[in-house]
Amino acid sequence: MKKLEVVIREEKLEPMKKSLEELGYFGMTISEVGGRGRQNGIALKWGARDFRVDLLPKLKIEVVILDEDLSSVMNAIVRSTRTGEIGDGKIFIIPVEDAIRIRTGDSGVNAL
Amino acid sequence: MPINYADTAWVLASAAMVLIMTPGLAFFYGGLVRRKNFLSTIMMSFACLGLIGVLWVVYGYSLAFGPDKAGIIGGLDYFGLIGVGQAPSPVYATTIPHLAFMVFQAMFAVITVALITGAVVERIKFSALVLFSVIWFTVVYAPIAHWVWGSGGWLAKLGTLDFAGGTVVHIAAGVSALSLALLLGPRKGFKEKEPMEPGNIPLVALGAGILWFGWFGFNAGSALTSGRLASNAFVATNISAASAALSWMLLSWVYRRPSLLGVATGAVVGLVAITPAAGFVQPIMGIPIGVGATLVCYYSMLLRAKMGVDESLDVWACHGMGGTWGALATGIFSTVAVNAAGRNGLIYGNPGQVLIQLVGIAAVWAFAFGMTWVIGKFVNTVIGLRVSSAEESVGLDISQHGERAYGGPVR
Repeated sequence: MKKLEVVIREEKLEPMKKSLEELGYFGMTISEVGGRGRQNGIALKWGARDFRVDLLPKLKIEVVILDEDLSSVMNAIVRSTRTGEIGDGKIFIIPVEDAIRIRTGDSGVNAL
Repeated sequence: MPINYADTAWVLASAAMVLIMTPGLAFFYGGLVRRKNFLSTIMMSFACLGLIGVLWVVYGYSLAFGPDKAGIIGGLDYFGLIGVGQAPSPVYATTIPHLAFMVFQAMFAVITVALITGAVVERIKFSALVLFSVIWFTVVYAPIAHWVWGSGGWLAKLGTLDFAGGTVVHIAAGVSALSLALLLGPRKGFKEKEPMEPGNIPLVALGAGILWFGWFGFNAGSALTSGRLASNAFVATNISAASAALSWMLLSWVYRRPSLLGVATGAVVGLVAITPAAGFVQPIMGIPIGVGATLVCYYSMLLRAKMGVDESLDVWACHGMGGTWGALATGIFSTVAVNAAGRNGLIYGNPGQVLIQLVGIAAVWAFAFGMTWVIGKFVNTVIGLRVSSAEESVGLDISQHGERAYGGPVR
């Protein structure tokens, strides 16, 4: 099992959810976060205006998937959230030791 | 005629109450949009407080209430408030200073323009909204106000009854809202049925409460005296608002759960519908008028949604249709026993009044819809009505104003 921590633009949540659903992944946890990347967050340009904010609002989505689905899920996320502009976000991949469904006590892949 | 101090005090207090309706509306609308557009939605109403507040004293009051030109528009005799002073006007509100009447009317112009903004939130370019507002105020609001309320206005002469602005304010704003929303197109994600949940319903309720309070100035102040008629309008206003709030709550309960958004919306449509009638009907008629407003506006809302039109905050359903119902209801329930300057309506043996009301409704509908379409097209050609797709995605707070509703490291 792998856990993906995906940081994306807020408006990309719906497309990303849709793309994961197509692969059969419905479960996820999301949180509102502020973040900055390599260019140090900072300069936001929209239209004719400069807007300077250190930490930009982003969404972080955590989803746990099967090892064999890794590349297809990664592709789906990149395809559905990418704009090509600075600030598209990141995906972090973390190995998962075990998982337990609290209600039933199921563990491992059965808990997903 | 000498100045009546009680009348003057009441009209000045009423003007202040109508003023605070616009900030109330700002929060009513602001709470209904997504968080990223909260500030920009409030900004639209506050911009009207400044913009229309200035235009009104420069030329707006004169166009609406200046000496009549062919029943269509007022002359520029009062340009820059020349001749509008501490003495009463010879024709309007003759017991209070002309200035008091002028400033009371100013607040109506402000909120009428602000009402339209609910249709175009979350996607209109701010500069386009400002340009649209200037033109719309000049060529739509001022003439309609003159037709209905101006001495010599053609609808006034015809006998159309509109006590406090059912046609001038609510039909004009509501129908224009529909027209501009159709021209502007839906918000990104609307057709795909993306969730667009209200950002803060408690603030919607607070806004509705402020509107309800201010509406006593709007309707009872429109008596322009502080005595009998103001009391009649005041009570009718509360009865209608309460009836509509209650009936909307029950309706939402029948369909699902009793909704706070429903009660708040109900109160507003009840206030809209009683607006043209408040000083012409027995106060108890606020009950059928308020309940009727709930039914008309609720199903107008469903119809609007079914047609897939993104008139985002239902200005048409609530103000356009609520105002239309109110204007018709005035023709049904009005009686000279309440107001000698009014007329009897349908239930007092004068069915013709309903027809006269219909003429007023049809004229304002057609004029407001058509003119708004033309103005919208013009603004779109000159500077473009809509923000770019990226600006819309990130939200108008940042893209249009460079400010956020909520600060801090995360928000």
